[in-house]
Amino acid sequence: MKWHNVKYLVLRRTVQIGLLVLYFMGNWYGWKVLQGDLSTSMIFGKIPLSDPFAVLQIFATGAVVATNALIGALIIVLFYGIIGGRAFCSWVCPVNLVTDLAAWLRRKLLIDRIERKVWISRNIRYYMIVLALIVSALVGLAAFEVVSPITILNRGIVFGMGAGMGLIVAIFLFDLFVVKNGWCGHVCPLGGVHSIIGRYSLIRVRHNSDNCTLCMKCKTVCPEVEVLGMIGKRSEFVSRSECTNCGRCVDVCDDDALGFELRNFLETNTGGKE
Amino acid sequence: MDDKKAKKTPISPRRRFFTDLAYTAGLGVMGGLLWAGYAEKAKSSPLTLRPPAALDEPDFLKTCIKCGLCSEACYNRPSNIDRDTGKPRPRTLKMAKAQDDVTIGTPFFIPREVPCYMCDDIPCVTACPTGALDVAKVTNPKTGELDYTMMDMGIAVVDDNSCIAFWGLQCDACYRACPLMDKALRLEYDKNERTGKHAFLKPVVDMHACTGCGLCEKACVTEKPAIFVLPREVALGKPGAHYVKGWDKKDQQRVKERVGKDVTTHDKRSAENPMDYLNKGVEY
Repeated sequence: MKWHNVKYLVLRRTVQIGLLVLYFMGNWYGWKVLQGDLSTSMIFGKIPLSDPFAVLQIFATGAVVATNALIGALIIVLFYGIIGGRAFCSWVCPVNLVTDLAAWLRRKLLIDRIERKVWISRNIRYYMIVLALIVSALVGLAAFEVVSPITILNRGIVFGMGAGMGLIVAIFLFDLFVVKNGWCGHVCPLGGVHSIIGRYSLIRVRHNSDNCTLCMKCKTVCPEVEVLGMIGKRSEFVSRSECTNCGRCVDVCDDDALGFELRNFLETNTGGKE
Repeated sequence: MDDKKAKKTPISPRRRFFTDLAYTAGLGVMGGLLWAGYAEKAKSSPLTLRPPAALDEPDFLKTCIKCGLCSEACYNRPSNIDRDTGKPRPRTLKMAKAQDDVTIGTPFFIPREVPCYMCDDIPCVTACPTGALDVAKVTNPKTGELDYTMMDMGIAVVDDNSCIAFWGLQCDACYRACPLMDKALRLEYDKNERTGKHAFLKPVVDMHACTGCGLCEKACVTEKPAIFVLPREVALGKPGAHYVKGWDKKDQQRVKERVGKDVTTHDKRSAENPMDYLNKGVEY
């Protein structure tokens, strides 16, 4: 295995696990670097970071949050909105570790090759956002936050897991046997929120179809395949907001046809080869 | 072949639109009902003791973002270091797991395990990023400083059947453990008529001063504590605004300051003249 084939994967796992380690140390050893959890964190006890979707749900219940959480949500929106895109999902979220494992196992066990007639829309996540806000308003409780495997897993690692592990196993099995990339690519409303936030972000994967040999390795590993619609057809940026900037396609490409670049909004996606 | 095609009439775009709409709406309502049902159940945990300065339970549940910063501040406070081992003791504020009978991810404490030690710098409250723990609730309005005596996690309740001090045995464990000794918890001396020569030292809780920290519950010597902390909404009654203490200047003031609101009882009977309905007899 060559380094360029695993570069972003290794970087990504380092960031993901590193953040969990920092959270863990912040809780159990009082490290100030990163405290709290993915709902709200404090960097060096000074800079707040907040999950914008959680704050939105709190607003939906009719409550008001203090400025710290507001500033924290704003920082997150600006960071992913301008720079990172939907990178939260693949570089930060701990559930990604679980669902990526399921997706990898699907390929290894050839489950992907067995046709199953379970089809669900990839737009469910957007409906889930609306539903979460409606339920929050009706019940008076941030609705996704009581069922979210993201915070349950994250909090579980930081504070102690408990019976919430059942939900994580269920998501793993769902992704393994029911729908490929089922949770992250179809259902998760937080992924939907980050898709919306990162729609116009600057860091993007760019395809150069002149170098492409149509081996389709990128499409095999991509968790949001439809964002790679231009492969072998047009040289352009991956512009669909569902791309998580995970960089697996860049990793597996041996022909230098995919790479991260700063998005050029002036480049028009007119179709056809350059 | 032609026959088959004829049977398969295409759906018109208009028809398809409405079917899709109904489909989405139906699934949405189904999911919403399941979700709301679970969430409604998840938020009912009436016996939960919350951290100091928590908003009223419904508002607390709305506002808490479940970040755990209060719990971390509680655990990592310098005063939590055990002098003998140099390591931190178990934390008061725990984050609810799925199996706890508390809304998942929210902070709570179980006094019998670890009570609240009422730190004077109240680190848990100042750590809260959303205001679910409201600093104003523990800030003395006169001095503007944090005041731990204003904490309000719950109230201690004595079960005088199982409290051995009420039997006449000498025990003042709870009284000595109370951080607001003689204010929140005092001993009432009483004559023990059974022996004729001993005294009862009965623990009595003052509902205004008690913060519900639970140090008494932790200290209680009985197998299952005879003094324990409950949320105030659970443990306390409410006489209603129309009962006025004629001997209490504050209560008199309350009546004077009362504006506008009609507190007369209105029901079927009150519409009639008392002379009429009192002579009618009672129907059960």
